[in-house]
Amino acid sequence: MHASVRPAVSVNITPAGSANRETAAALPMRMNVTKLNFYYGPKQTLFDISLGVAASKVTALIGPSGCGKSTLLRTMNRMHETVRNTRLEGEILLDGQNILAQDVTLLRRRVGMVFQRPNPFPKSIFDNVAYGLRINGSKLPLPDAVEKSLRHAALWDEVKDHLHKSAYELSGGQQQRLCIARALAVEPEVLLLDEPCSALDPISTAKIEELLVQLKDLCTIAIVTHNMQQAARVSDFTAFLLTGQLIEFSPTPHLFTTPSDPRTEAYITGRFG
Amino acid sequence: MSGRLRWRKFVSGFMLTMTGVCAVVAVAVLFFILGYLLYHGGTSISWNFFTKLPTPVGESGGGMANAIVGSAKLLLLASLIGVPIGFFGAIYLAEFSGSTVAFVVRYAADLLNGVPSIVIGIFAYSLVVLPFKHFSTLAGGFALGLMMIPITLRSTEEFLLAVPPPLREGAMALGASKWKTIATVIVPAAYRGILTAVLLAFARVAGETAPLLFTAFGNRFWSPGWNQPTASLPVMIFTYAIAPYEDWHRQAWAAGLVLLGLILIINIVARAILARGIAVPRT
Repeated sequence: MHASVRPAVSVNITPAGSANRETAAALPMRMNVTKLNFYYGPKQTLFDISLGVAASKVTALIGPSGCGKSTLLRTMNRMHETVRNTRLEGEILLDGQNILAQDVTLLRRRVGMVFQRPNPFPKSIFDNVAYGLRINGSKLPLPDAVEKSLRHAALWDEVKDHLHKSAYELSGGQQQRLCIARALAVEPEVLLLDEPCSALDPISTAKIEELLVQLKDLCTIAIVTHNMQQAARVSDFTAFLLTGQLIEFSPTPHLFTTPSDPRTEAYITGRFG
Repeated sequence: MSGRLRWRKFVSGFMLTMTGVCAVVAVAVLFFILGYLLYHGGTSISWNFFTKLPTPVGESGGGMANAIVGSAKLLLLASLIGVPIGFFGAIYLAEFSGSTVAFVVRYAADLLNGVPSIVIGIFAYSLVVLPFKHFSTLAGGFALGLMMIPITLRSTEEFLLAVPPPLREGAMALGASKWKTIATVIVPAAYRGILTAVLLAFARVAGETAPLLFTAFGNRFWSPGWNQPTASLPVMIFTYAIAPYEDWHRQAWAAGLVLLGLILIINIVARAILARGIAVPRT
C-alpha cells in the first residue's frame, strides 16, 4: 500500500510511517516558524516562511540548490549567527517559546545538528560522544551515556571494542553515525540534519535513513535533502522550497502523489532542479 | 624555422641550468657554513667549554658555562613574554576580532617583525635598562620577548585558521560557547602547528645578538641575579671573534657551533612535529 503511494522508491527501506492523510495542523508542534525573512547582507534569501515541525515526526525540506533550505534549517538552532552579516526577521518558537530570546548555548543543547560532511573531533570515539556531556557538566555516568547514544545511532556493535581509537579511523558512514550519536548524547528535543548523506555511499545512506525512522521515538527530526527519494522514504511531512519561498508543505505521501502546486509537480517529476 | 627552434631549445636549456645552479648554491651555502663551523668549532670544543668560566687572556682552557646558562635564562624570559602574548593574541585574531581590527593587528605584527633587532635593543634599553640603571638579564629577555611576539602570533594564527570550520560548527551545535569551542576543539586540533610555531620563534631569537648588546650586555663571570648583566652565547661570539687573541677565536668557533647546533636541533624537532600532520576529518 505504501509502495503504491510513493513514487520512485526502489530501495528496500521501512516506509516512514502513517502520515498518510494527517494534516500538519492536527498534530502537536515542536517548533513553529512564523513569517521568517532572512538576509545575507543586502540579499534576502528567505521570504515570509511559515511552517511547523511536528513533534516526534520527520519533516523534510527539499528544493533545488540555493533555494534556502539549509539556511532555514540553520536558523532553527541559530547556527546562522556564526556567519557574519546575516539578519533575521520573524519568529521561531520551540515548545511555544521564542528561540531568539533564549541563551544560545542552552538552545543548541535542545536543538542539535548534524552536518553535510561528517565532522568528528580529532579525539577518540568515546571522547567525541562524551563531548557534549562534558562541556555541559552532565552528572550522568559517562560510559553508560556514551553506550546508550552509540546504540541509538546503531554504531555500538561496530565500535564497542575500540572506543578509544581515533574517530578518524572510522569510515565516512560510521563517522556520520558517530556525529549523530554525539548529537544524541545531550538528549536534544529536536535533531536537525543538513544533507547528512550527501557525502556518503548508498549503503551508508541506507543505514542512516533506517536510523532516522527509528529515532523518531526519541526526538523530533528535521532533515534537509536534495534527494527527493530520500525525503519520500524517511519523512512524514515535506516542505518544498524554491528561491527562498515555501511553495508547498504537506504530508509526504500527499506532496509526492498529488502536489497542489504545478512547480512542486515539475520539481518532483524531475523537470528541473 | 629550425634555427628558431634550436634557439628556443638553447634558451630553455640555459635557463633551466641557471635555476638549477642557483638552487645548488643556496643549499651549498648552508653546508659550507656547517662544514666550516664543524671544522673550526669541532677542534676547539671540549668538555671544559660547557663547564668552566672564561679564563683571562693568555691562560688556556676555560669555557663559556656562564654564557650557556645566561642564554638559557634570557630565552626563558623571552618565552614567558613572547609565547603567551603571541598565543592569546593569535586566538583573538583568528576567532574573535572583526575584520578591521584583525587587519590592523596583523599589519602591526608584520611591521614589528620587520623592525631591525638593534632598534628593539634601543627600545628595551630606554625602557628597562635606563630606569633600573643596570644592564640586566631582565632587559635582554624583554628585548628578545618582544621579537618573539609577532613571530608566534602570526604563525599561530595561521594554524588556528587552518582548523576546518566544520569542527567549530560541530562544537557550537552541541551548545559549546565560543571560548569552550576554542579551548576544547580548536586549540587541541591545532596544537602541533602551534608548538612548531613557538619552537621556530624560539630558534629565531636564540641567535639574536644586536638586541642583547646594550640590554643583557655581557659578563665574564656568573651573573649574580636577574637584574644584573649576563653573558650570552651570541654576544660572547661577537666579543671573542673581534678580539686579537688566537685562543679567543677558537672559543668563538666553539660557541658558534654550539649555538648553531641548538638552533638546528630545534628546527628539526619542530619540522618533525609538524610532519606528523594536523588531523583533518576524512571526506
